[in-house]
Amino acid sequence: MSVMGLFFIFIFSVAMLWLARQGVFESPWLEEGEVTHRRRAAGTEPPPAAKVGLAIFLAVAGCLFSLLTAAFFMRGDAPDWQLPPIPGILWFNTFVLAASSVALQLALIAARRGEFERVKTALLIGAATAGLFLIGQIWAWRELLELRFFASSNAANAFFYLLTGTHALHLVGGLVALARTTDKVRGAGRVTRALTTSVELCAIYWHFLLFVWLLMFAMLIGWADGFGVVCRRLLS
Amino acid sequence: MSIAIVMVLVVAGSILFHVLSPWRATPIASNWGFIDDTMGLTFLVTGAGFVAVILFMAYCLYRFRHEPGRRAAYEPENQKLEAWLGIVTTIAVVILLAPGLLVWGQFITVPKDAMEIEAVGVQWNWSFRLAGVDHQLGSSDVRYIDTTNSLGLSPADPKGQDDLLVTSGELHLPLGKPVKVLLRSIDVLHDFYVPEIRAKMDLVPGIVTNFWFTPTKIGEYEILCAAYCGTGHPQMRGKMIIESEADFEKWQTAQQTFEQSRKSDASRDTRASAQ
Amino acid sequence: MTDASVPQNVAPPPAEVEDVELYHAHSWLTKYVFCQDAKVIAIQYAGTAITVGVLALVLSWVIRLQLAFPGAIPFIDASVYYQSVTMHGMIMVVYMLTAIFLGGFGNYLIPLMVGARDMVFPYVNMLSYWVYLIATLVLVSSYFVPGGPTGAGWTLYPPQSILTGTPGYDYGIILMLVSLILFIVGFTMGGLNYVVTVLQARTRGMTLMRMPLTVWGIFAAAVMALLAFPGLFVACVMLLLDRTLGTSFFMPSLVELGERKDYVGGSPILFQHLFWFFGHPEVYIVALPAFGIVSDLISVHARKNIFGYRMMVWAIIAIGVLSMVVWGHHMYVSGMDPWFGFFFAVTTLAIAVPTALKVYNWVLTLWHADIHFTTPMLFALGFLVTFVNGGITGLYLGNVIVDVPLSATLFVVAHFHMVMGIAPVLVIFGAIYHWYPKITGRMMDERLGKIHFWITFLGAYAIFFPMHYLGVLGMPRRFYEMGETAFVPASAATLNIVITVIALAVGFAQSIFFYNLFRSLKYGAPAGGNPWRAASLEWQTPETPPGHGNWGAHLPVVYRWPYAYSVPGAPEDYLPQNAPPMSGEHSP
Repeated sequence: MSVMGLFFIFIFSVAMLWLARQGVFESPWLEEGEVTHRRRAAGTEPPPAAKVGLAIFLAVAGCLFSLLTAAFFMRGDAPDWQLPPIPGILWFNTFVLAASSVALQLALIAARRGEFERVKTALLIGAATAGLFLIGQIWAWRELLELRFFASSNAANAFFYLLTGTHALHLVGGLVALARTTDKVRGAGRVTRALTTSVELCAIYWHFLLFVWLLMFAMLIGWADGFGVVCRRLLS
Repeated sequence: MSIAIVMVLVVAGSILFHVLSPWRATPIASNWGFIDDTMGLTFLVTGAGFVAVILFMAYCLYRFRHEPGRRAAYEPENQKLEAWLGIVTTIAVVILLAPGLLVWGQFITVPKDAMEIEAVGVQWNWSFRLAGVDHQLGSSDVRYIDTTNSLGLSPADPKGQDDLLVTSGELHLPLGKPVKVLLRSIDVLHDFYVPEIRAKMDLVPGIVTNFWFTPTKIGEYEILCAAYCGTGHPQMRGKMIIESEADFEKWQTAQQTFEQSRKSDASRDTRASAQ
Repeated sequence: MTDASVPQNVAPPPAEVEDVELYHAHSWLTKYVFCQDAKVIAIQYAGTAITVGVLALVLSWVIRLQLAFPGAIPFIDASVYYQSVTMHGMIMVVYMLTAIFLGGFGNYLIPLMVGARDMVFPYVNMLSYWVYLIATLVLVSSYFVPGGPTGAGWTLYPPQSILTGTPGYDYGIILMLVSLILFIVGFTMGGLNYVVTVLQARTRGMTLMRMPLTVWGIFAAAVMALLAFPGLFVACVMLLLDRTLGTSFFMPSLVELGERKDYVGGSPILFQHLFWFFGHPEVYIVALPAFGIVSDLISVHARKNIFGYRMMVWAIIAIGVLSMVVWGHHMYVSGMDPWFGFFFAVTTLAIAVPTALKVYNWVLTLWHADIHFTTPMLFALGFLVTFVNGGITGLYLGNVIVDVPLSATLFVVAHFHMVMGIAPVLVIFGAIYHWYPKITGRMMDERLGKIHFWITFLGAYAIFFPMHYLGVLGMPRRFYEMGETAFVPASAATLNIVITVIALAVGFAQSIFFYNLFRSLKYGAPAGGNPWRAASLEWQTPETPPGHGNWGAHLPVVYRWPYAYSVPGAPEDYLPQNAPPMSGEHSP
């Protein structure tokens, strides 16, 4: 539950700061005429709708992963809890996913500079490494299943599959978006503004998934046990 | 226009219904009179709020109904009024909350001398366990459950051997002694619910929950299940009999211990196999 | 998109974004079925929601008949009863109320009220509806599988919900969980749209504080829903895995009807936390749009600005934030750590303050007003009575110790039906009577509407007000039959019969509404563009019903707040939001 507490404090702080800047303390009946967000500096444009949409979606996905984490710690209190051994390939996967994230960031930098060919290459590398990560995850699942760590034999195993599975599904969704972006790149033949936005959104999403993965990985190895203990102490 | 009258009638009807209603809380049979008092206080405070708001509304509806030539006033807000209303509401909420939390504090503080008994729920009946001569309940686990050990007591635990098992669904308790009811379910969620004692608590499989009360009135009360537990939920009944200390002692001696039940079951089994 | 008539002396640039790329329909199919126009999607959402709502209404008759005449109706056995209870609850809360407020009113009103051409992601919006429809069909299909729908209660508490002692154990529960998962996926697509549209697609001059409270309510509800539904999502996925793969997320080791199960160590209380993490905000997801709509109905029909607009907005925000941290009040006697009781009781009762302030402001709006008793106004007033009544009983149940005797009794049933059943439904009716002229160009019949109101309002109050007293008496909920119970007098059975008779009558009386709804399509009096002489933007469209793209060639420009009613010095008793300020006009 402390996880959810932290998550909400973050989300609500962002929301409140934003609201405060939107003039929610003003008296709307006192002013007539075409007023706008007065605090937006002249000349700046509002962010594209897709970017705002992604930000909101990340909040939703963040909420989902926070809830899973909270459930992980709450269920982890039970005496039968036994984390499965961590397949070594997960270290490799972590590296691959980080590389994927870096590739997309490079693609974004290239897009901003208008270097079309580099955007294309970087996107392809990003997609390939992400695909490799997914294959690696499946490999890890197979390895655990071969060692007879089934979802039904211990809830910790089940959480392993649930967490990695949910994360992988999000990445698959990201790959679909990335495929569409890559398609656009090929069609456009040069860097356009819409294209840069698409690349930027993919990069943000990738960084988010990398961040989630790092936390999740730490949890699965047991590094986060200390955090669980702190939570329990806070609650009791 | 007619709506203003109806609003008044709704308020009057509600009050009248409250006064005339034959459906009232059952006569209390435990120490939790404070709960009833808190509820009474809540009724007074909230009832006054309800009547005031709806009657004021009815007045407005009558007084400011549309008539030719009427034009509404323009008053975007009145911060002073809103602040006052906010303060009054906050005070009302504190009046409700403060005694409520105090009583809750008592509710979750079990007296040290409370007698521990255990109520076990299973689809769809109640069983009970009382401490034997050693005044201690033995440990239990779902793993131990079999045909001769329906409550899953640990066969190895010496504390459990003298525990009294009550499988008839009829629980006797002595008058005036605080009781801590340990609640254990071996299948799904149940809830130990006797309306007359006001307190209730869920039985959660996997953990042992508890609550406490002191019986204050001799009599026979029905135990219901108040957490939906499958198609037999309404049939899950038990009986709680509050009686004098002496009667309770007498009843207690007539109950079978865990040890005895094992033996009699075992002998029945041997007889059955001999036949 | 520069409009020449706009004064150019305003320093900051316009807030409006580029026009949404509109997908223009090419065929009948893309115009009415796979349509990306939010207005069509709104009607699809509302139509589907009302259809399943009628199914849930019929199920409530099954429940009521059984409670009044236990055993007298041959086809109602314990399984059918519990299946009806479950489906009635789940459909009404999720598939009806949530869908109609956000998918129905949200889709129709948000773009029109903020001056947008459509939702910002029309394609995703269309997808949202179709996923919702599939979710609904999956749910209803559980009536046609062996074992029927699940009878686990709408809360779906494990272990009971996935064990054999509960009807619908075979397939019903699986279909229910799958359906909910689909619903949440579909809803998330819609919710993103509503939120981003409010954030990004407001027209020039439409600052946040110039949005009608309807938009505020729906916006806040959508944000909350986006954050709350993941709770249900996680709970459903994990429960589904427990049921199908035999994992032990929620399932402890247990012996069911003499048979030992393989589950070990799971926590049923964890499910309850996840469920109510969604379940309580859900109440406000339904209530906040109703709050918003009611504010607008009262203001328009009382010809007066909503009193304390700022306070109303702040209250919506405060309720939204607080409602995320009160879920534990559903679990006071669940066996969770009792110390949480203090925390949740305080947060729960704290929420009463902003809620009460909203009620005061609605009532104070009537002070010195010019009240027209139109059908929408009557429904709004009916909402006030039922909401205040249901709200104060919430103070009983939120105050942890008072909840102990009342939890799981009919008091709870009466409370939540009054506050999140009847009250929002009255608002839905009021809103339909109010916006029907904009949607169809014709008025609904006022006389039939008033008959409908009186039967529904008085009937519903007569159903649920007395029911509280059965709860105080101690009658538990979810009892298929009370049987012989010492503390229940015979008069309670009589009261149950009376309630059932009224419930059947009120249920059938809804046919008046449907008759009015369909008849007025053809025979209703032509409404014109703005029959209620309302100030907010949706009534100022160039066409009625609004055409594709809503606003014709130019987006409207907003010059004032949406509650400029009876402004001193103004020629009429309302000033539309987009009417340019007249020179020398007395500034309100």
